[in-house]
Amino acid sequence: MSSTVVKKIDWLSILIYVLLVLFGWVNIYSASVPLDEIEQFNIDSVYGKQLIFIGLSLVIILFVLAIEAKFYERFASVIYIVAMISLAGLFILGKNVNGARAWYGIGSFTIQPSEFAKIATSLAFAKYLSDIQTNIKHWQDQLKALIIIGIPAFLILLQPDPGSTLVYSIFIYVMYREGLPGIYILLALSLAIIFIVTIKFGSVITLVTIALLLTAYYFIFRKSRDRKVKILPLVLFFLMSTTISLGTPLIYKNVFKQHHRDRFRLWLRLEQNPIKLQQLKRDIGYNTYQSETAIGSGGVSGKGFLEGTRTRGNYVPEQHTDYIFSVVGEEWGLFGTTAVVVLFSILILRIIYLAERQKLQFSRIYGYSVAGIITIHFMVNIGMVIGLLPTIGIPLPFFSYGGSGLWGFTILLFIFLKLDANRVNEWM
Amino acid sequence: MRRIALSAFILVLAITFFSRLLYLQVLDDEVSYGFLDDIAIDSKYHYPERGYVYDRNGKLMVSNAPAYDIMVIPRNVTKVDTLELCKLLDITREEFDNRMNKAIRYSPKLPSVIVQQLSKKEYAGIQEKMRKFPGFYVQKRMLRDYQTTSGANVLGYISEVNDWETKNKKGYQQGELIGRSGVEKVYEDDLRGKKGVNFIQKDIYNRVIGPYKNGRYDTLPVQGRDLTITIDETLESYGEQLMVNKRGGIVAIDPKSGEILALVSAPYYDPDLLVGRKRSKNYTKLYNDSIAKPLFDRGLLAEYPPGSPFKLINGLIALEEGVIDQNTKVTCYHGYHYGRNRFMACHCPSGTVNNLKNGITRSCNAYFANAYRKTIEKYPTAAEGMQVWSDHVKSFGLGDYLHNDLATGRKGKIPDSATYNRMYGKHRWFATNSISNSIGQGEILTTPIQLANVAAIIANRGHYYTPHIIKEINNQPITDENFTKPKYTSIAAEHYDAIIEGMFEVYNSNIGTARGARIAGINIGGKTGTAENFTVIDGKRYQLKDHSIFIAFAPIEDPQIAVAVFVENGYWGSTYAAPIASLMIEKYIHGEISRTDLEKRMLNSSLEDEYNKYLNPEGLTDKDE
Repeated sequence: MSSTVVKKIDWLSILIYVLLVLFGWVNIYSASVPLDEIEQFNIDSVYGKQLIFIGLSLVIILFVLAIEAKFYERFASVIYIVAMISLAGLFILGKNVNGARAWYGIGSFTIQPSEFAKIATSLAFAKYLSDIQTNIKHWQDQLKALIIIGIPAFLILLQPDPGSTLVYSIFIYVMYREGLPGIYILLALSLAIIFIVTIKFGSVITLVTIALLLTAYYFIFRKSRDRKVKILPLVLFFLMSTTISLGTPLIYKNVFKQHHRDRFRLWLRLEQNPIKLQQLKRDIGYNTYQSETAIGSGGVSGKGFLEGTRTRGNYVPEQHTDYIFSVVGEEWGLFGTTAVVVLFSILILRIIYLAERQKLQFSRIYGYSVAGIITIHFMVNIGMVIGLLPTIGIPLPFFSYGGSGLWGFTILLFIFLKLDANRVNEWM
Repeated sequence: MRRIALSAFILVLAITFFSRLLYLQVLDDEVSYGFLDDIAIDSKYHYPERGYVYDRNGKLMVSNAPAYDIMVIPRNVTKVDTLELCKLLDITREEFDNRMNKAIRYSPKLPSVIVQQLSKKEYAGIQEKMRKFPGFYVQKRMLRDYQTTSGANVLGYISEVNDWETKNKKGYQQGELIGRSGVEKVYEDDLRGKKGVNFIQKDIYNRVIGPYKNGRYDTLPVQGRDLTITIDETLESYGEQLMVNKRGGIVAIDPKSGEILALVSAPYYDPDLLVGRKRSKNYTKLYNDSIAKPLFDRGLLAEYPPGSPFKLINGLIALEEGVIDQNTKVTCYHGYHYGRNRFMACHCPSGTVNNLKNGITRSCNAYFANAYRKTIEKYPTAAEGMQVWSDHVKSFGLGDYLHNDLATGRKGKIPDSATYNRMYGKHRWFATNSISNSIGQGEILTTPIQLANVAAIIANRGHYYTPHIIKEINNQPITDENFTKPKYTSIAAEHYDAIIEGMFEVYNSNIGTARGARIAGINIGGKTGTAENFTVIDGKRYQLKDHSIFIAFAPIEDPQIAVAVFVENGYWGSTYAAPIASLMIEKYIHGEISRTDLEKRMLNSSLEDEYNKYLNPEGLTDKDE
């Protein structure tokens, strides 16, 4: 590794990475160590394994940084194909854990290819978009980009792992950053919003509201000089909305399963009967209820390291993986949770800043993909743990227990840091 | 726009998360931060044994005995032979289902009581078979065990705290016991001790993980303190026997210390009636008896005009004010005439000339009306005279609570100038308007314990110790100055002997009102009295037989006991009250009774016929006729 890497690499990102990983381990330790084992150190335990994973991450980081930066761009396609094969291979060789074929088992060791598929997709996606022949404004190219994203998303959805599938939606935003017309984002967002609003308030209210908003929009901007508001697109938009809104109940009733509907009922508070709502909270929202209570009981300053009574008593299910943030809430209080939120926000903002200063389009697109993937994980995981979003299983980057996850995010981040450290060399 | 969209989104997201966290961790009240409310922490309480109660001679009156509750945790109940269990617990299937449903409604996870307070004997039969019924278990608890059948009104009783108390009283939880009356109530904190607690951490499956913070907040139970009370159990129970089939009260005080030797209220009940399972049923029964009122502690609560014993106080005041001396003579014309056609009748033969001593012995109304009038009229206005008189009376501890350690009490009533200003208007009344006060009628009300205290004051020649019930706590004599320091009346000590001489004659002279109740070898000073009373039934006033009142102390040379006896509808003081008082004195001083005839008569006499008249008002005389 050349001394330029050491000099040029973004040490702030590395610092935040280290803080998150270490603080994550402290909380995994608290969530998994039995009360009578505090004095000893058991390497076979969850916290012991995670410490090994962290140690191996160091090796991986050195490896990632040592490789020539150009390698990632040149071999993006190969890496992508290998990743897709490994995803497809799961359906034959995969190990079924908790109803999802998401793991390869090698002895007692398991590996989750979907955590690495994100990296491969980001690389391939960046390579395709940065290709001189690709024009993001052409629909053929848009379609090709969508296929690159769609294959892994589809394979992961089949496992099924809807949480990880959701992550791939962020590539739409990256395309938007690179010139995709805003109308796509607008339509995608509208679709989601109309769907949710219809479930909550019904088709009539939704459509009347949309009609009123469109009319208001028309009359306000009708006279503006720089762009003329045409009626036709508004009518088309309304027609589309009508289709979605009227189609929503059909999808909701026929395509969704009962447990999906229950989650929506709880999240959107559709259940009017308070007793049944309470029941939903206990059954469907059980994890959320427990994690909210654990976090709430932490108060401002928390109960202290290893002092969380709910953490000790295993009140929150999956606490060392998806619900790790509840340990922070209970034992470190509002100070701890705020610190984690701030660290993640700074890290993501920093990556966006670094991406923006890239001279190469490939590096920039890859950087945005990294920022976007971390954002989705951060938003969905913490949103779920604190009860703002419905339950979707997805780990908190650098924090949650798991080798594949930790290594996946480590490689994802450090490839970008390597690309960033290499930025000046490109002039030579 | 394209460049900043994600950054802006991150900021919004961070602020949203922070707001939600602020709400969850700081603003939301539903989640408490105290470890006491944490469902992950279980508090296991250890209850100390409630303190014992001993009488003044060290005889054990109240101890504890174990009782067994059958508890259930509904969630843990699996495949139970319900019929067999019902048979074992001796309850019907219906009742069992009822209680089970109630337990499930309360909480499927927490224990509820299925059958309360089985005795050791009942428990013995069940114990063996309990393990056949998963989810059910036995919880031992301590109940009061009375070693005496008397003094229920003094000892009081305990019962479970109610919902209000669990919320508002510190340190009491559902199912814990609290003193409700008597000594149990007043000395609750001493008797109860302090419960100990272990905080235990539990996991989601309700399994114990270990002590919370290594037991940093755990405490050990502190044993309840034993009480020695001033009551003489033998005297107390003897008093109750004497009062069988009568209603009223006896209060006996040791004048030298203010210790209450006996506090009898009749009709009485066995304190054991208010223990355990049978408590609420029995309590309701006692509570609903609105005629005999067994729960009404007559020794402390019965307010009546004291009648003749009050003449002693008036005599003392007249002496102190210098308006009479012990040789002052008053001629009685079979009563006292005042104003136009106003007359207060008396039992003296017309033309009797009484000095102070004979005035007391004969209970002459004329003599004390005269003395009272002179006292009031010594001052320029009746109001001033009345105030001086009233202050003297109040120095005897009358007209106010005794401020002692009994759970209940009444003030009684002593009029002052303000009382008559209200009744007649300022400057519009004279000594004669309140002349009834001279013979203890009129506006005066006293309770038996106040009268017993007056007897103690006279015995002590002018001072008293606040009558109290506590003697020792954990064998340490009490040090409360309210009980150990004498309180002095406004009457000089030298005036008492003249009064005591008269009281001596009440028993010993041939003209004395209590001459039939003498005791060989003990010089008693006493004073009889009667209090008129009437009742209202269906809006009509009926005259009832007078209440019989008597106060006494003995021996005169070295007083050991002062007594007030009050018998409802007992007619003359000499009929019931005086003999009962003399028997109490003899029992206390000699420990046995020589006058078995008198004792037999008192034990067997009944006033039930008189009391039944309440139920048949036709037999009563109309008051207004």
